[in-house]
Amino acid sequence: MTPNKPETNTEDPARIAGFEARIAAGETIEPKDWMPERYRRQLVRMMSQHAHSEVVGMLPEGNWITRAPTLRRKMSLLAKVQDEAGHGLYIYCGTETLGVDRHELIQQLLNGTAKYSSIFNYPTLSWADIGAIGWLVDGAAIVNQTMLAKASYGPYARAMVRICKEENFHKRQGYEIMATLSAGTPAQKRMAQDALDRWWWPSLMMFGPHDTDSPNSDELLRWGVKRKSNDELRQRFINLTVAQAKAIDLVIPDPQLAFDEKTQNWLIGPIDWDEFWRVVRGNGPCNQERLAARRQAHDDGEWVRVAAAAYAAKQARAESTSEAA
Amino acid sequence: MTTMANDSTTRDADAVTTPSDTQWPLWEVFVQPPGGAPHEHAGSVHAVDAESALQNARDVYARRGEGVSIWVVRSIAITASTPDDMGPFFDPGNDKPYRHPQFYKVPRGIRM
Repeated sequence: MTPNKPETNTEDPARIAGFEARIAAGETIEPKDWMPERYRRQLVRMMSQHAHSEVVGMLPEGNWITRAPTLRRKMSLLAKVQDEAGHGLYIYCGTETLGVDRHELIQQLLNGTAKYSSIFNYPTLSWADIGAIGWLVDGAAIVNQTMLAKASYGPYARAMVRICKEENFHKRQGYEIMATLSAGTPAQKRMAQDALDRWWWPSLMMFGPHDTDSPNSDELLRWGVKRKSNDELRQRFINLTVAQAKAIDLVIPDPQLAFDEKTQNWLIGPIDWDEFWRVVRGNGPCNQERLAARRQAHDDGEWVRVAAAAYAAKQARAESTSEAA
Repeated sequence: MTTMANDSTTRDADAVTTPSDTQWPLWEVFVQPPGGAPHEHAGSVHAVDAESALQNARDVYARRGEGVSIWVVRSIAITASTPDDMGPFFDPGNDKPYRHPQFYKVPRGIRM
């Protein structure tokens, strides 16, 4: 029984009104509950993109595991990358409750039809980039995911709660790397500043287009999938991060950055949305490389999948023989 | 807990026939935290057999000492109530306020 398949969804207005009333009352929607087909599709889209982002997100960091400067850093980075794999699995598992196969979603990632967060299409050029990713990219993800932990769809919200607990370590280890470099030699400090210069704007783009240019936002907010708008989340991240940069003596690369007394917000200069759309549409610095690496990893893992299945089949045969005897 | 498991299970049955596919059978994972709390549903994993399901569950859901014990069970083996049952199924428990301590009056000033 797959209760959420389209055929069971008769989209009459009364049913939708009842569904929206449940959400307005703060109830959680669970896999077997009736839901509008559009709600289901939006969730599959969001959750699968999120899961893919966790998986592709392993690549820029995995790139530095063998070159981590100390054993302590290497252990942390290995653990972080392993967490990202786990996060991908939590969210794929949540997405499967909506009646889609993980296999199908992974095929969409590998054949390039699925999207993932554009931030992972930027290269990690120096060790400081690993610090910047933990601090800024995971920092931005935490702001977003803390909001999603209150999403109306139960399996998604529960996966987010688990992920948020783990990501705090990711952010702190990244910030520690940046703080150490910033307090190091002049060359190390330059390296940290250079990483901040390159990762700052792409991190702000992670929250998506401005509210006025975000076609899905209204619906997602109405259905309680999102609880805050892109711009609200981005502002929260900026306010948190500016003080953190100052504390480790790094400069946010935005000459227009200014504190607004009235709103108590840090206001930023314009975001380069042309760059954002260029990377989303597949023309970022590493789009091809990331997908090629992902396909290669999938193909390289084939023998493991075959071996595991062969082992299970052999065990099953042995069991049935011993039962017969 | 009523809705988690066999939502995605029809395709589970034929999964074993496609060995190199990622759609191995689906298993629900229950983790018991230290300190005596009961096992709680953590999520699911795909695995070829029970042994590898346990190992996958450990790697995915217990990387930080979250558990002292893990159960895995084939998702298709779980029978769950459905949202349609909600009203009538749980009714017998909803109309008996005398099962709660607040139903009973005690003299003012007495500590129970």
